[in-house]
Amino acid sequence: MGKFIAKRLLQLIPILVGITFLSFALMQLAGGDYVTTMLENTGVAVTQEVIDARKAELGLDRPFIEQYLSWLAGLLHGDMGTSFVSGKDVFATFVQHLPATLLLTLSSVIATLVISVPLGVYSAIHHNKAADYIVRVTCFVGNSLPNFFVALLLIYVFALVLGWLPVISPMPTLGASGVDLTGLVLPTATLAIAMVSKYTRQIRAAVLEELGKPYVAAARSRGVAGRTVLFKSVLKSCMLLIVTLLALSIGDLLGGTAIVETIFMWDGVGKLAVDSITMRDYPMIQAYVVWMAIIYVFVNLVSDILYRALDPRVAQQEVKA
Amino acid sequence: MSRLSNATVRKMVVFAVLAVLLVLAALFAEHLCPYDPYAQNLREALQAPSEAHLLGTDRYGRDMLSRVIMGGQSSIASTLVCVAVVALIGTAVGVVAGWRAGVLDTLLMRTSDVFLAFPGLVFALAVAGVLGGGIQNAVIALCAIGWPKFARIARSQTLAVCDASFIQAARMQGTKGLALIVRHVLPNIAGPIVVCAVLDIGTMMMELAGLSYLGLGAQPPMAEWGSMMSDGRSMLQTAPWCVLAPGLAIFITVLVFNLLGDTLRDYLDPKKKGSAS
Repeated sequence: MGKFIAKRLLQLIPILVGITFLSFALMQLAGGDYVTTMLENTGVAVTQEVIDARKAELGLDRPFIEQYLSWLAGLLHGDMGTSFVSGKDVFATFVQHLPATLLLTLSSVIATLVISVPLGVYSAIHHNKAADYIVRVTCFVGNSLPNFFVALLLIYVFALVLGWLPVISPMPTLGASGVDLTGLVLPTATLAIAMVSKYTRQIRAAVLEELGKPYVAAARSRGVAGRTVLFKSVLKSCMLLIVTLLALSIGDLLGGTAIVETIFMWDGVGKLAVDSITMRDYPMIQAYVVWMAIIYVFVNLVSDILYRALDPRVAQQEVKA
Repeated sequence: MSRLSNATVRKMVVFAVLAVLLVLAALFAEHLCPYDPYAQNLREALQAPSEAHLLGTDRYGRDMLSRVIMGGQSSIASTLVCVAVVALIGTAVGVVAGWRAGVLDTLLMRTSDVFLAFPGLVFALAVAGVLGGGIQNAVIALCAIGWPKFARIARSQTLAVCDASFIQAARMQGTKGLALIVRHVLPNIAGPIVVCAVLDIGTMMMELAGLSYLGLGAQPPMAEWGSMMSDGRSMLQTAPWCVLAPGLAIFITVLVFNLLGDTLRDYLDPKKKGSAS
């Protein structure tokens, strides 16, 4: 296992180099704009001389590779420059906004699992009956709805028509009566609806496949209760699928929160990124891109390791091969 | 079995016809609009759906139905361009990587791994952000993140047919290089790529609309579903049709293409029918 983790970590190096290189190169595409925007934001009269002087000061006249390496060194030290707009430290701002996004991601994952696992299993057990049909159609519909439309529909129904929940989602606060989580409900629901539609379908398919395997029939014929087979064997083997799906969708969630956070004014990194893009705050965008990718890469690493720990067959196959 | 595939074929034809109708409606949008989608008439602003304006009017008094039809043109056309470009580039990269193997293969696949390491829309957001608004830039941004998926499929499919006996037979007949790829490899790997492309239409359309919603795609006053919804958002309480009309348009279009992709997959790969449907 230790060897496996070490090998996967080594494989990460070229990926990480690629990610950082691409993120850095992307901002270079913005070219001279970069300095011009920065100067315009500070209110300095922009002449070519001022731009050149500033470029030299920032080291932007140095060769590309040299700039990349010094930027990379900064990244490793948590120094990614200062925001063009607020003048604050970019990395600190990113870290400050990260918990809100992680909270939203976590709550959506929990909501998704709580809903889609029972629904998928139920649908599989009632294969080709009315209930199964309804679940499948609903999932198909959920899959074809863009998340910002879902968000607006939820706002319309639950915030504007029914008035049960706030339109703008305040961060959960510690009030006198405990933690107030009402602000979390609608953004979580928005993200969960798309994921539940995808997961339920996959879990249903996986359970159906497992139920069709000979060991299930064998256990049933020996008199083992259907419920026992389902919970002890079938669901256990579906865990693998769930782990894989989770790793994939954490990526979708981290990226997908940008739109949802913007709609609900949820103060996470997604909204921070969209705001930074609107204001052409390049260092901030750069930090967002590079760190989201790094987080995603490590989430995938953890899921790979979990996958191996959960399924001894994977390790055995590797030994044989 | 034949009964099942007949039902699949029938379903596929129905969805294909619906999809073609949507594309035709997009092509001839100018002739289908009851009103000029860009003509402002402030006296008729924010009217609820009525006989004169079936989907109501927006805050500038523009006819929503006309704007939804016109928006279909930008949304559907840019999505199809996007998917076509991504599928072509991805397939080319994948076939070359699978066919040539060795250093080139490693290089191309590591590059695609790097692109795949950016989660969801993150990279597209940044690309669109750097390039600035405009629907072409949103298309470029989505193309930048879309190709590696196709490269992977094309590569694994190419590897699978590379050693097949029909390829060897063609080789012995003297077919070489590009001709071999075009005549014998491509037709045999096309199935999964086409399915993936059709299923990608829905996703791409939602992502493109999402970028436009954020103001990183189509810019007002251009009629595009995502930016129309963003425009109507502030009037959600008083004029919900401004959001619902383009929203439902996206939903129906995505649904049709998803249904088409699903039945196409069942048709081309009947083995998967039980597990994937």
